Amino acid sequence: MLRFAFRRIVWAAPTLLLVTFLVYIALRLGTDPLQSYLRANPRATKVKIEQYKSVNGLSSNYVLGYFNWLKNFVTFNWPRSIKGSREVWPELKDASMNTLRLGSLATFFGVAIGLMVGMFAALKPGSRRDVVVNTGAFLGISIPPYITAVLFQLLFAVYWSRWFGHTLFPTSGVYPAGHSGFDLILMLKHLALPTIVVAIQVVAVYSRYMRSSLLDVLNSDFMRTARSKGISERQILFKHGVRNALIPVVTIAALDVGAIIGGLIITENIFAYPGMGVYFLSSFGNGDFPLLMPWMVLVVASTLMFNLIADVSYAFLDPRIRLD
Amino acid sequence: MSELVLSIRDLRVTFDTPLGALEAVRGVDLDVHAGEMMGVVGESGSGKSVTFLAAMGLLPHQAKVGGSVMLNGQEMLGASNKVLRNMRGGLMSMIFQDPLSALNPVHRIGDQIIEMLKAHQPKMSDKDAAKRAVELLDIVGIPQAAERAHQYPHEFSGGMRQRVVIAIAIANNPKVLIADEPTTALDVTVQAQILEVIERVQKSFGTAVVLITHDLGVIARVADRVNVMYAGRNVEKGGVDSLFDHPSHPYTRGLLASLPHEGIERLTPITGFPPNMLMPPPGCGFAPRCSHATDACLVSLPPLRTFGDLETACIRAEELVVKAGLL
Amino acid sequence: MFRMHFWIRGSVLTEFVTISPKRMAMRRFLSHKAAVGSCVLLGIMVLAVILSPLTARYGVNESVRKPPNTYLPPQKLAWFGTDDIGRDLYSRLIYGIRVSLVIGFFTALISTVIGCVVGAVAGFRGGRFDDVVMRVTDLFLAFPFLVALLVIRNTIGGIGWLTVIIGDKSSARFIVFLLSFFGWMGVARIVRGQILSLKEREFIEAARAVGATRRYIVRRHLLPNSIGPIMVALSFAVVGAITAESTLAFFGYGPQAGQGATSLGILVGEAKGAVQTGYWWIAVFPCLALVLISLAINFIGDALRDATDPRLDRGE
Repeated sequence: MLRFAFRRIVWAAPTLLLVTFLVYIALRLGTDPLQSYLRANPRATKVKIEQYKSVNGLSSNYVLGYFNWLKNFVTFNWPRSIKGSREVWPELKDASMNTLRLGSLATFFGVAIGLMVGMFAALKPGSRRDVVVNTGAFLGISIPPYITAVLFQLLFAVYWSRWFGHTLFPTSGVYPAGHSGFDLILMLKHLALPTIVVAIQVVAVYSRYMRSSLLDVLNSDFMRTARSKGISERQILFKHGVRNALIPVVTIAALDVGAIIGGLIITENIFAYPGMGVYFLSSFGNGDFPLLMPWMVLVVASTLMFNLIADVSYAFLDPRIRLD
Repeated sequence: MSELVLSIRDLRVTFDTPLGALEAVRGVDLDVHAGEMMGVVGESGSGKSVTFLAAMGLLPHQAKVGGSVMLNGQEMLGASNKVLRNMRGGLMSMIFQDPLSALNPVHRIGDQIIEMLKAHQPKMSDKDAAKRAVELLDIVGIPQAAERAHQYPHEFSGGMRQRVVIAIAIANNPKVLIADEPTTALDVTVQAQILEVIERVQKSFGTAVVLITHDLGVIARVADRVNVMYAGRNVEKGGVDSLFDHPSHPYTRGLLASLPHEGIERLTPITGFPPNMLMPPPGCGFAPRCSHATDACLVSLPPLRTFGDLETACIRAEELVVKAGLL
Repeated sequence: MFRMHFWIRGSVLTEFVTISPKRMAMRRFLSHKAAVGSCVLLGIMVLAVILSPLTARYGVNESVRKPPNTYLPPQKLAWFGTDDIGRDLYSRLIYGIRVSLVIGFFTALISTVIGCVVGAVAGFRGGRFDDVVMRVTDLFLAFPFLVALLVIRNTIGGIGWLTVIIGDKSSARFIVFLLSFFGWMGVARIVRGQILSLKEREFIEAARAVGATRRYIVRRHLLPNSIGPIMVALSFAVVGAITAESTLAFFGYGPQAGQGATSLGILVGEAKGAVQTGYWWIAVFPCLALVLISLAINFIGDALRDATDPRLDRGE
């Protein structure tokens, strides 16, 4: 088992390098960093331009340029934004924290509720509650999250205050404008709507997964063996049924967690929530290479790390996979 | 005859399917005595497996079960969940056909046996349970039992897994072991080994074994008594020697005649197909295929009755025996 | 078709019935009422869209009447109301759906063809090719979709000679190509999975034993038996493409054909602005259309999956 994990970890580093290299090429081709800089700083001196080029590894040779950039990146010599020379890290840190808060909350509740609902439905397939769960999950999956987001905005921002005279759930930002410092209640209020929007999708997806996985398992031969042992219903359900049904579900959950960091762009955009998504959209729109590359590295690293965790947890949960 | 451990009377099982009511078992009577090897023979769809799944209470809730199943003098049908759970794995165990999928793939072999032990002997300490598990693996013939108890099912071959399944089934020394086609999915050499294990268990522990199969060769080898089933009913019962020597029911005769043996050039199958249990024939289930069937056979269900040292459900048993010149 | 076997003995008729698997699948599909309803709904929609010059009441860029004509609520003049420059939302919706359906359909078609080929080869041959394909698709699919979409869009759009072939970044042709670039991966994985599970089956072994070439086996045995999952993948590819197109358009990166041409995605994107102002029809009708199309295709895909997969989900 450890050998399996170790081998995957060893492969992760070169993969990270390769993917960031590809991202580097894609961004250079796609956003034209030099032009964007010139557009943002039309009166930049030649010296400054050369500085910008060298610090960002924008030489004409892509490979050399990449290594240049890489050198600066790992020595924490990060170039500043093309707009106003802002430091990258503080913004990136805030954005990632915000997104992680939103994403973890939504994923945690979504997966927990989804698994329970899926199990609930799988125990009585074809029954009325199964139909309800299925239909609900179906709707959740078919309605794109930005539609629910827009509808929620409509409901809470416009109509709720119209009907009830006050705002129950705010529909934008982390805190009300002009607020400073840490306030848990306010933060939670602002998190409420976006979290619900994201969680709806998560619940829908995981309830279907769990239902189908558990149904498969419940129809397996070894469940019959378990029943014929005369052990309690609960033991049969959890120790044998759920334990096996969770295997594919956990793997997918690990991948989903890895995807949180870059995956909430639409919701964040609609709720004006200053997370990684908004950060990306504005930097991308400006062609801000110095802002974009660290963002990409963070996302790629997270994705790869959770891919690894997914693989390892799959092997941990299912002994048949542990091919040494 | 030794005491009766399992007694099934007029068992009926009907399944509620979208195509209608499927009568899988239509009035089966069966007695199993302590320590005996009872063979139950029938083709697919005869109801042989369903009968014993019903006895174990392992049928899904769409199945309607009627009649009586007495295990050790206690009625099982309609009994409380507690009684049923006590029974399963404690008084009566069942092993199934496909060993490759019978074991939970994510639990170790030893743990799966220990689970069975602890379920019915909760006072047993972990250490004792582990020791007993290894002993059981030894009994069923798993080499290096102590090491292999820590392995997972996918590390065992089919035949080995079936042995493990047997070990689990006998862990609590049940009175009855039901083996539903235990060798069908295995190749011939392994078949013989598994049968030997089952026989050994029967003889050393005094466990009654119900061996469900469609393979007459297996029956001839190990069974003491035989129960032939067709279309959800018994058609013939008796001691194995008597049955093979002078079968009284045309179906049994057909089965025996279809066996390959020396000297023949072509096999003689029983022509036709088993009946559709959604619309079972009103009379004898075998009549549509029987070359001796009369109109009386097609009209009413023949009861099981004594016929010499056998029991038969053929109303023409006497005539046919004379015709065949067997008496 | 049905084949009935009779076995007659005297006055008793014993029969049983066999149905071909295709028929069984068809029956199972038809028993899903939601899916059948969805087929009808989609059929009507497609018809309405094909006959758009007849079914639309105004041109796509045509004002409903002389000003004042902006932001009119739904009424006899304009069934779904008008937008910010007085155009009939109903007609625009019809033209918009047409564009989106066409994009969705062609994307799904291309994705499925490519995906089938790659998936079949990867599944059947295994080995290095399979490994590489799997890792690559793994990585792409793990990356946040929108990010990858936008970046690749810009990257490909930045390669001069490529845009000559597939069109400019804001053309529908480009979008089809872009979405297919991502679409084939999902299909390839499904097909590969199916091929892998079929590969070890005995009828394939038998075919090999009688000397069938690999290509023959894939063509005559593996692919026909994968029709089920392929159809399911196709339907989900259509939904995926339509949703992706509307997501792109939502952020302003969608097809920007001139003369006021529109797509479903663009119309939904315009919904964003309408929220605060209370012109609910601008948001509701396009969103409803998108949701209905999504639901309908999802229902059909789901029913297809149930119909072609012999697993008994209903616990019978």
